[in-house]
Amino acid sequence: MNINATLIGQAIAFAVFVWFCMKYVWPPLLDAIEARQKKIADGLTQAERAGKNLELAQAKATEQLKEAKVQAAEIIDQANKRRTQIVEEAKNEGEVERDKIIAQGEAEVEAERNRAREELRQQVATLAIAGAEKIIKRSIDKEANSDIIDKLVAEL
Amino acid sequence: MSSQGEALTSSSYIQHHLTNLTWSVDGGWNAHDAGFWTFHVDSLLVAVVLGVLFLWLFRSVAKKSTVGVPGKLQCFIEMVVEFVDENVKDTFHGKNALIAPLALTIFAWVFLMNLMDLVPVDLLPHAAQAVGVPYLKVVPTTDLNVTLGMSLSVFALIIYYTIKVKGFGGFVKELTMQPFNHWAFIPVNFLLESVTLLAKPVSLGLRLFGNLYAGELIFILIALLGYWQLPLHFPWAVFHILIIVLQAFIFMMLTIVYLSMAHEDH
Repeated sequence: MNINATLIGQAIAFAVFVWFCMKYVWPPLLDAIEARQKKIADGLTQAERAGKNLELAQAKATEQLKEAKVQAAEIIDQANKRRTQIVEEAKNEGEVERDKIIAQGEAEVEAERNRAREELRQQVATLAIAGAEKIIKRSIDKEANSDIIDKLVAEL
Repeated sequence: MSSQGEALTSSSYIQHHLTNLTWSVDGGWNAHDAGFWTFHVDSLLVAVVLGVLFLWLFRSVAKKSTVGVPGKLQCFIEMVVEFVDENVKDTFHGKNALIAPLALTIFAWVFLMNLMDLVPVDLLPHAAQAVGVPYLKVVPTTDLNVTLGMSLSVFALIIYYTIKVKGFGGFVKELTMQPFNHWAFIPVNFLLESVTLLAKPVSLGLRLFGNLYAGELIFILIALLGYWQLPLHFPWAVFHILIIVLQAFIFMMLTIVYLSMAHEDH
């Protein structure tokens, strides 16, 4: 094994390869690696932030749900109250109406009765007068005694 | 084993496997003792092809690389890049745009060159012989010239950065005023420090060469065992997977360490 010019050739090839590697191979590869590292780091940060946001949103949603439940309960409560009130009102109204109708009916019945009684009385009076007339026809003037008849009628 | 018709001894088989395909400025193809200006064509060719393969692969991924969800190939390439980048950042605490690509090139290229060791030892040389190429040594890192070519390049970078960061005075001072900071010790210091400095490229190159050369030689020896090679190749190859990755990693790591030492004051 003797030392010869192969050594120089190898050294030249070595220099050229190192130069090429330094110029065209190393920088783009390392740039890509570093850019990706940065991207991944950014992604992780963002993921962490998103996780925090999610947690926050969940807490908020829970709170809102609770609020909504309270509100719903309130509304239901109010509705119940209102229903009771309406039913009560309707009942009252119905009762008033019923009383009114009953009173009206009674009044009508009373009026009818009065009218019938009046009619009856009048007829009885007329009958009485007719009877009396017939009895007294011969002697007594009808006109002169009519006030007594009227008084009798009123007393009936 | 070789299928050549001529009588084949073990030593000639090994010899054949350890001979490079050469071309020299003076003697042409496969001349004996052709002097310094000889090129191991097989080593250089395989090395350059593997280097281009590495650069083409990484470049094609780099061009298509997305910041979004990466594909499987991109994932793999990025894994390698990040592995190298991590090692560089752990060891080298300065700003230097060269070190990381240099480390990646060394790691990937040396790994690919070592990986040629796992190609069955006879496959490529015989294929080459079939098309008329007499010698082919397919593992470039078993060629001392290749490993020393790389380690001496690293050595040049060490000296360049030492002088650039600490100045020429600083470089000289580093060689003469350590480890004993007194003028009287300058010769001793210089001796010690020069040995330290020169040992860096030599050990770097020889370590890789020695490991791979030994591994290749054992593959060749196993190939000489006849039928016994069948159960033996596999365990040695498995063991060798560890070696080829480890040696590539060590070469890369030591380069980073040496260059970071060049950038730092003691």
